[in-house]
Amino acid sequence: MDLDLPVTTFTRATGNPRRFRSPLLNSALVSALFFLGRKSARLSVLIASVATLSFVLVSFSPVDPIDAYLGPSILKISPEQRAVIAQRWGMDQPPIDRFVRWAANLLEGDFGVSTIFNEPVLSVIGKRFATSFWLMLAAWCLSGVLGFLLGVCAGAYESSALDKCISLYAYTMASTPTFWVGMVLLTVFSVQLGWTPVCCAWPIGVDPQQAGVLQRIHHLILPAVTLSLIGVAQITLHTREKTLDAMHSEYAIFARAQGESRFGIAFHRALRNVALPAITLQFASLGELFGGAVLAEQVFAYPGLGRATVEAGYRGDIPLLLGIVLFSTVFVFVGNTTADLLYMLVDPRMREKTERESR
Amino acid sequence: MLDRLDRRSTTIFTIAGCIFLFGVVLTGAWLYGEHGEVTHLNSRKLAPSLSHPFGTDWLGRDMLARTLKGLRISLFVGLSAASCSAIIALILGLAAATMGKTIDAVVTLLVDMAMATPHLVLLILIAFACGGGAKGVIIAVAASHWPSLTRVIRAEVLQLQSAEYIKLSQQMGKSRLYIAKKHMLPHVVPQFLIGLLLLFPHAILHAAALTFLGFGMSPHTPAVGVLLAESMRYLSMGLWWLAVTPGIALVIAVKAFDILGSNVRALLDPRTCQE
Repeated sequence: MDLDLPVTTFTRATGNPRRFRSPLLNSALVSALFFLGRKSARLSVLIASVATLSFVLVSFSPVDPIDAYLGPSILKISPEQRAVIAQRWGMDQPPIDRFVRWAANLLEGDFGVSTIFNEPVLSVIGKRFATSFWLMLAAWCLSGVLGFLLGVCAGAYESSALDKCISLYAYTMASTPTFWVGMVLLTVFSVQLGWTPVCCAWPIGVDPQQAGVLQRIHHLILPAVTLSLIGVAQITLHTREKTLDAMHSEYAIFARAQGESRFGIAFHRALRNVALPAITLQFASLGELFGGAVLAEQVFAYPGLGRATVEAGYRGDIPLLLGIVLFSTVFVFVGNTTADLLYMLVDPRMREKTERESR
Repeated sequence: MLDRLDRRSTTIFTIAGCIFLFGVVLTGAWLYGEHGEVTHLNSRKLAPSLSHPFGTDWLGRDMLARTLKGLRISLFVGLSAASCSAIIALILGLAAATMGKTIDAVVTLLVDMAMATPHLVLLILIAFACGGGAKGVIIAVAASHWPSLTRVIRAEVLQLQSAEYIKLSQQMGKSRLYIAKKHMLPHVVPQFLIGLLLLFPHAILHAAALTFLGFGMSPHTPAVGVLLAESMRYLSMGLWWLAVTPGIALVIAVKAFDILGSNVRALLDPRTCQE
């Protein structure tokens, strides 16, 4: 993740003490606006290049979308019917013409029609993401809070048994596949104990609209726990490092000399310094969250965007696959930009730095 | 006795232990040979016991033999993909740092693009573009792991180019090749090797994930991802060992690579090798 700070023009803070805050606030706002402007320019370049490259990749694929779509029923189809499908999907034209048409439609906000769901790509992504959103949000919050607390505790009591346990857990989770954790949890809690449902986001045979909130939460628990068990690792290790730095700093040693306990130093003094990098990291890890959701949704047959990705790839639904690639790119980009923006707006040192540079 | 060893010796012992572990996996897979493919219909669905430490599956195949074979496939896929990735990173990193601004901008854009999409989505896209299969998995993993190492190598070489002793060497009329060979390579090679070693765990995990999702090997190849995907169907019947034991073996293998990588780094890195 790169942190680029804009060096833009600011109004200098005036000497008048009563008006001291407003220029500061203004400058932060102005810099944030400039920052967002530059970021959106960068996003459009990124989207354009990702779209081009992924289209090239997909058009080189030896997988024939019509074969993949029809599956075993390919035997029942005559060459004429095949030609009709090809014409309807525009497969009879050369790739360059298809790309031009696809890109032109994309600029108008039309992502095409998903072949497996027979619905506009954007509405498929919207519906599926709405299901995935709660899963990702729950996992994201859980792993963030838990990872942060574990990291601070491990850092505060360096090389104690607690620290060793937490570090061992985090290092092991860093080399554990998400889907396997999901399978183990599924075996223990759904199959053996029967506490949680085996699959899906709502009870089987119930209309999604009729499923109650409690039922949905019940189906959400295990996938979310799976995602956060893995997601905790990175944030814990990172927070631990930062807490260690803070515990070795002069203000921590001074507080210790005055009789403050390790716990007190960590939670009263080091916490604020450690929190910001942790929040930034958590926002920057949206890409991994998305990837983890793909795997967890596959294990729990959770009908979210991740499962749609797998289906699109597996059954050769090119419009949907490309749409998901672009959507996930924007998703990750928003996470990274939020992280940068938070850093700029929240950290007083960063604000002072931009102030100083502007003088 | 362990207390009397210094850190260097423990590091070397850890490295040797990891290499020994991989040796055991490879020889085990070789000794078992085709044993894991033989079906014994009278010993089906057996829980782990002394004669079958990992249990048997629904066709009576010994899971230990299958897991060892699967690990060998996964290690092979991971190793070849990570090596390809590291070589791509080396070439792109060197090109970006030495061949002028245009190439640098192109490589930086490529790195940004590859890092902009979630890794797993990129893997699925590339595996789809290659038409799946073992080849698809290797290409997908190889083509998506180079960005971070490219950045490291590019930064390293850029930093070296502005170093005083390199400038001095240029002033004294040494050729570019001489400088590259005598002054740059010794710095870049350890970075490259460590980067390669630390890529292995990621590559193995991502290869397993792709095969688990069904984009990789055919069901007849017992890669660990395939074994785990197959076991999904038998979880509800209570055959927990089908999922648990190959998974534990995979975690141990990946963690061994991770430990190997960080220990070799501690040994090679000039900042920590004196500790």
